[in-house]
Amino acid sequence: MPKITYIEQNGKEHTVEVPVGWTVMEGAVKNRVPGIDADCGGACACATCHVYVDPAWQAKLKPRAEMEAQMLDFALELKPNSRLSCQIKVTQELDGLVVHTPKSQH
Amino acid sequence: MDRIVIIGAGQAGAQAVASLRAEGFAGAITLVGDEPFPPYQRPPLSKAYLSGDYARERLFLKPDSFYAESQCDLRLGVAAVDLDRKAKTVTLSDGAGLPYDRLLLATGTLVRKLPVPGAELPGVHYLRGIAEVDGLRPELVAGKRLAVIGGGYIGLEVAAVARKHGLDVTVIEAAGRVMARSASEPVSAFYEAEHRGHGVKFLLGAMAQGIEGRARVTAVVTDRGSVAADAVLIGVGVVPDTSLAESAGLPCNNGIVVDEFAATADPDIFAAGDCTNHPDFTGGRVRLESVQNAIDQAKHAAASMLGKGTAYCEVPWFWSDQYDLKLQIAGLARPGDVIVPRGDPASRKFSVFHLRGGTVAAVEAVNAAPDYIIGRKLIAARAQPAPERLADISIPIKSFV
Repeated sequence: MPKITYIEQNGKEHTVEVPVGWTVMEGAVKNRVPGIDADCGGACACATCHVYVDPAWQAKLKPRAEMEAQMLDFALELKPNSRLSCQIKVTQELDGLVVHTPKSQH
Repeated sequence: MDRIVIIGAGQAGAQAVASLRAEGFAGAITLVGDEPFPPYQRPPLSKAYLSGDYARERLFLKPDSFYAESQCDLRLGVAAVDLDRKAKTVTLSDGAGLPYDRLLLATGTLVRKLPVPGAELPGVHYLRGIAEVDGLRPELVAGKRLAVIGGGYIGLEVAAVARKHGLDVTVIEAAGRVMARSASEPVSAFYEAEHRGHGVKFLLGAMAQGIEGRARVTAVVTDRGSVAADAVLIGVGVVPDTSLAESAGLPCNNGIVVDEFAATADPDIFAAGDCTNHPDFTGGRVRLESVQNAIDQAKHAAASMLGKGTAYCEVPWFWSDQYDLKLQIAGLARPGDVIVPRGDPASRKFSVFHLRGGTVAAVEAVNAAPDYIIGRKLIAARAQPAPERLADISIPIKSFV
């Protein structure tokens, strides 16, 4: 199973296994990684699962779809590597992915 | 104060457990649910979970470890059958008595049953929980005929999934348009056209009068003719589950009546989620069926139970996924609102703003997240933008805040 590493603002790392086909958001929620609220449960409707993808991994991800880009446009502290983690599907190729959680989702 | 009991293991109940612990409550928490499952998300039920491309375990809101680590006594598959406010005890269907210091009612809703002959026939389905969806999914066989009674969110979301699976789908709706209770006319018209474009047939302004069949359903009879069907989904709304509260003499009126602190008339009893009738952000009262309200009201209820409550007056928000369309709604629309369309529905990206007394009261956005997000901000700020400017898509929506 691919391993995903979530790094909190304070530097605390959480490395968890996430099934292929699940999302990076679900990997966090099911493993109680703090900092990802995901109020809407992954429908790209709330923008509370914002993460920063580690620069080393950015090129390996599919680009943002239009709805995700629109929702992200209003996120706090938007950066070029900002993503909504509910829109990143876990694949075998993403084994080792590193994402950083933001200070706040609201 | 060391025992909190929560009745209802849904989105609000799970949130309350998390919030109580986050607020530092160290006493005993018991969470009671009448379904055999730990708290789970309902929105995917009528969408990805029905489709079969979303495993059941993905629905669960929290991992099992959450309840253990939160020292939450999870009682599943049992109903609360009696509430004795004097003795401050809830009795469960298995006979157990749960004494409480504070009680949270998060009982949610029950599907509204269609009172017509034949509604109990095999092949007739409702959709509220995992079990119902597991019963409906085997009906999704290409070529079968599905009659959907009710053209609201549930009916239309199921219609979309069924069309993807190749069924012949007819939606029967009593009102003259789909989503009549929740959407404005332009949005209804757009969704009806989209569904027609995907091959859904509609019988609008038609009252279902009966369901025919011997061993199984064969047709739905309406006042505008009969619709042959191999399966039927009834999606005619939900009613708040207030039975426990009512039996204990708590005021109920289309929901358990609570104040802005999620408090009922009994100082030790609180309520949150779909089952409550609560003050809304406009100064009126409302009962909402939404994830947002379940989460936010439960957070406020948890704080209130610990004596540090703050008033709940969030702007409500909702969404619906049908085909590749995302409908996002913020605020509360009311009949009589001035409707301000922004964008062209033909572009499949547009929104409808609702103004009341010149103030933005609601926005419905189709594939138009910026309008939705800015709309939420405008509603919260009680903004009064000029309608003709709001309707002008050459003016960026961001410039309104």
